[in-house]
Amino acid sequence: MTVETKLPYNKEYITDYSKKRNEPNWFQDIRLEAYDIAESMPLPKIEKTRINNWNFTNFKHDVSGDAITSFEELPEKIRTLLGDKDSAKNIIIIRNNTVAFTKLSPELSDQGVIFEDLFTALSNHEDLVKKYFMKDAVKLDENKFTATHAALLNSGIFLYVPKNVKIEEPIQVVFWQEDKEAALFNHVLIVADEHSDLTYVENYVSDNDDDQSVANIVSEVFALDGAKISYGAVDNFSKGTTTYVNRRGVAYNDAVLDWALGQMNDGNTLSENETFLMGHNALSHAKAVSIGRGEQSQNFTAKITHFGKGSEGYILQHGVMKDRAASIFNGIGKIEDGASKSNAEQESRILMLSQGSRGDANPILLIDEDDVMAGHAASVGRVDPLQLYYLMSRGISKEEAERLIIHGFLDPVVREIPIETVQKQLREVIEGKVN
Amino acid sequence: MAGSTLEIRDLHVEIDGKEILKGVDLTIKGGEFHAVMGPNGTGKSTLASAIMGHPRYEVTKGTILLDGEDVLEMEVDERAQAGLFLAMQYPSEVTGITNSDFLRSAINAKREEGDEIPLMKFIKEMDSTMDLLEIDKNMAQRYLNEGFSGGEKKRNEILQLMMLEPAIAILDEIDSGLDIDALKIVSDGINKMRNDAFGCLIITHYQRLLNYITPDYVHVMMQGRIVKSGGPELAKRLEAEGYEWIKEELGIEDETVGQN
Repeated sequence: MTVETKLPYNKEYITDYSKKRNEPNWFQDIRLEAYDIAESMPLPKIEKTRINNWNFTNFKHDVSGDAITSFEELPEKIRTLLGDKDSAKNIIIIRNNTVAFTKLSPELSDQGVIFEDLFTALSNHEDLVKKYFMKDAVKLDENKFTATHAALLNSGIFLYVPKNVKIEEPIQVVFWQEDKEAALFNHVLIVADEHSDLTYVENYVSDNDDDQSVANIVSEVFALDGAKISYGAVDNFSKGTTTYVNRRGVAYNDAVLDWALGQMNDGNTLSENETFLMGHNALSHAKAVSIGRGEQSQNFTAKITHFGKGSEGYILQHGVMKDRAASIFNGIGKIEDGASKSNAEQESRILMLSQGSRGDANPILLIDEDDVMAGHAASVGRVDPLQLYYLMSRGISKEEAERLIIHGFLDPVVREIPIETVQKQLREVIEGKVN
Repeated sequence: MAGSTLEIRDLHVEIDGKEILKGVDLTIKGGEFHAVMGPNGTGKSTLASAIMGHPRYEVTKGTILLDGEDVLEMEVDERAQAGLFLAMQYPSEVTGITNSDFLRSAINAKREEGDEIPLMKFIKEMDSTMDLLEIDKNMAQRYLNEGFSGGEKKRNEILQLMMLEPAIAILDEIDSGLDIDALKIVSDGINKMRNDAFGCLIITHYQRLLNYITPDYVHVMMQGRIVKSGGPELAKRLEAEGYEWIKEELGIEDETVGQN
């Protein structure tokens, strides 16, 4: 059975929505163009994952949320993400696609750092947004989801760090879908200008086990020459949310773009994380962990494409599958002709805890240049009964032993994550999913 | 306190359908140190694994009772909770779990919820026990047994033994892979455990461990059974004369479990 894929909104609705937000004409034009593309494209065929019975059309598009005056109003699930109140110096909380709380330290704004929601940026920094929005990283017509994303975009963040500005404090955004049916069409646009340095952390949270919704997220991240970006994410949508997330990065000469992704959604998820190493000596680490549980089906692609000479890409992903969860992990290292002296390495490991769970790791190397290094490792396995026996022989119950083994399986990735906040958040979320 | 009693009666054990133990009888009481000796392939390690509940070993006949409770009815963790401990010949490596987290989980597993060992107390106890066993301090934060040398793994087993303080411990070939200095250190640790409440079953095919840990009883295993028992003097004689005299005495040609 194929479910409805036609969007439940028409062009008139999109025009009105855009007008209501006073968007510039070029932006409205993109939406309308994207709408046509979305309507004409079929659902992409995803190898080994059936998505044609996923919910892509049942959601509420135009929602809003109240401002937050104090963190005490926030549910526990959100508060644990924020750490203690004073430690969060630079943060935006988006509640039902509405900016509910925002804080940027004066030192950063004095240095010219821009950190605001995308709609504000469209009026305050239109040229900057226009220069980068869906041009060099993610294209409108890449697939039905990217087109739908642009047509229905209803949330977004813009972060710009000027030349030579180095920020030590993480910049954090929490996307909180308080409304259980609210769809999130969210766009994150990050530009680190030459020789700047930034750490960005995002959290996606919803609480809709029974209500259906959709999240369609595109991140475009640019590390200009010599810039360094650490990008951390903990995705934590509930069972009812179907997620398409495309995190795309472009790294120019000598730039570093590191990803640390905790892919902890409970609903069906299609995730792409791709980095273009455009410049010479550009470097990227793509680290990801995930836990699948219940009936959820997920498909993760981590891809690094090398254009620049001497560029280095390292993919490391570990996943644990419980219950009847199914996941595909694709790791793709692609080295283009001319990217000599490049190195593409990847490792994907999957641990299956139950008979009913399924996992698959596909390591792929595509190399069009001779003078390169490349390597891959992949494994899919079950819990070693002798490990379980050993732990239990010390009085540890089977459940506790499995809990330790899951934490342990993910820990080599978690402990490598350079952002402490993300490490802490991840351990919390993992703990929540293991029990 | 008199300690616990482990009673093994007519124990038959198979692995992959092949019978390895063919009727073992043995009783270990608190305060007693027993040594089970014998050449390779006679079923000594099978005995240790069967008592602890190793998943590959199937008990086909016989009983194991701990203070009258049926051990064979217990899950592996329940056996440990009841007071059994096995220092393994080949301990598993577990990535991602630090030695220290593992040990703390094991200690807390024996305590009531809400009565977990305070972190500082745990660290202090672990530090001092590690000192005693001359274990490098960074081992606490390394992943459990991962990349440990043979000797480090053995010391780590004894570290767990000393921290968990079981009623009855089984030491499976704890001396293999240890040089003489390490053997002395490990033996000192085990001797410190000696008291009226602690029973110990030492499995070895070398007499040399028994130079440092004096057993009260010595048993010789051949063809999956205990064929001879005696006091510490039996071990001495085995060291001096080997196993041939026992085989002659009992008319055994091949001591391994393959024949019958």
